[in-house]
Amino acid sequence: MIEVAHLTKRYTGRTAVSDISFTVGRGEIVGLLGPNGAGKSTTMRILACYLAATSGTVRVAGLDVFRQSDDVRRRIGYMPENNPLHHDMRVREYLKFRARLKGLTRKHSRERVDVVTEQCGLTEVSRRIIGQLSKGYRQRVGLADALVHEPELIILDEPTIGLDPNQIRAVRQLIKGLGDSHTVLISTHILPEAEMTCHRVVIMYEGKILAADTPENLQRLMSSNSQIIAEIAAPEDELQACWTEMAEVEQFDVSAGEGDYYRCALTPRDGLDLRPHIFALVRERGWSLRELTRSRHSLEDIYVRVTRPDEEEEG
Amino acid sequence: MRTWWTLTRRELAGFFLSLTGYIIIAAAVFMMGYSFVVLLVNLQQEATPMPVTEVFYNTQFFWLILLLTTPVITMRLFAHEKFSGTFETLMTTPVSDLQVVLAKFAAAMVFYGVMWLPLLPCLLIVRHYTHDTGALDPGTVGSTYLGILLLGGLFVSLGCCASALTRSQGIAAMISLVFGASVFMLAYIADQLPAPETWQGHVLACFTLFDQMHDFVRGVVDTRPVVLLVSLTLFFLFLTLRIVESRRWK
Repeated sequence: MIEVAHLTKRYTGRTAVSDISFTVGRGEIVGLLGPNGAGKSTTMRILACYLAATSGTVRVAGLDVFRQSDDVRRRIGYMPENNPLHHDMRVREYLKFRARLKGLTRKHSRERVDVVTEQCGLTEVSRRIIGQLSKGYRQRVGLADALVHEPELIILDEPTIGLDPNQIRAVRQLIKGLGDSHTVLISTHILPEAEMTCHRVVIMYEGKILAADTPENLQRLMSSNSQIIAEIAAPEDELQACWTEMAEVEQFDVSAGEGDYYRCALTPRDGLDLRPHIFALVRERGWSLRELTRSRHSLEDIYVRVTRPDEEEEG
Repeated sequence: MRTWWTLTRRELAGFFLSLTGYIIIAAAVFMMGYSFVVLLVNLQQEATPMPVTEVFYNTQFFWLILLLTTPVITMRLFAHEKFSGTFETLMTTPVSDLQVVLAKFAAAMVFYGVMWLPLLPCLLIVRHYTHDTGALDPGTVGSTYLGILLLGGLFVSLGCCASALTRSQGIAAMISLVFGASVFMLAYIADQLPAPETWQGHVLACFTLFDQMHDFVRGVVDTRPVVLLVSLTLFFLFLTLRIVESRRWK
């Protein structure tokens, strides 16, 4: 559905996207993951035919986004970052206006507006002025707008940003539902979001693609060096000795915590799960255990992890 | 065409859904009303063979209204959409850049035309009380409005151009005011210079907008200013189009 080959976009004095290539198949939900300024929005804007690439080719449904821009735009439903809307219009009026702009006939646009209003849960606010709606409803109006012309490809730039947890869940559900009949590309900087909704994740950082894989594979890649944190009340020297003896522990660090407890940060060998071993040990020795967690990898860690090979080369 | 009409309607609605549209019309009506007072004072002093439209034009309020309202009418066209981000949603629908520019220009022109309508009753009142049908001939009114629209077209297209340049409505208004004032000054210089001798002088003489508008209000429609104003308008619309397109090659 999407074929991006050697895409580069330079703004004056700054390269936003440098030589990226990826493909998205029909019916896939793909997440572009990366911190702010990674080039996600720029990539999406090029895909949506708003900006032109400096070099490289981008094809959507086999059509070039620059040369066959009109045909591509007909096939894309795009919701930009921060979801800009005409705040002076009413919901239904806005959706009708957008449907007409996207080339639907009067009759067809009325039908489609009814469908997406229902689909996005906007029925009760369809006569309200957009400027007076809550952020969650506005986001749904943006989604409804992206869907109104039955596009083959839906591009959503940070669709859940600034929403409360319930609204986020609703939007995610909606996106998941879209995957049955549409191809979806979403961008986010929240890792769990990508895990929950996407079939595949493309990680971008400073204009480059660092990794592209299924969320499960990426998690596995990450967990291979995840740390276990255990807070145990025991004599410090005994703890030190135990960890040195335990073959599964590659590295450890013991520091004093509150009261009698010591905080142990343990790195497992070969990505093993240390937690059962630790629990068994604590039970055997009759110590008391207050916390046992596997440190979750934040996106930050992933970037560090994926960028490290480069640093080593440079160093 | 259908898309263009959808866009134009939306733009026009934008004028009337916000307060700005009404404020602009109120300000223009105030100035027209004031010019009407000046016009009546002038008429009381001495009899004149001039048509009422010419008397109105001689009050000079025409230029004031033209120069001050067009920047305010046009400032929001592109700048506001760029600022709020709706420009991005607009340009990612299958509409062409040309349609967008033409729709915005058309909407601004319609609004500008509506703004000038209150002048009509002023003229009719004068005609009613002078009991002189020659004072206001439909043809003269027609040519006056033609002049108003043609000059308005030039200033509105300048404003479109200015608005497409920036994200800030304030800056857009400033730029178009400066553009408009420059055109006005050019006309003023052309008016003050003696009969042209060099080719530069001839070129400058084409810009005597004061004389041209004076002809329109007297009921004289000369094709030369029509061609000049229409082609200048098209030129600035072309520039606007290029500015809008520039996001794709910048």
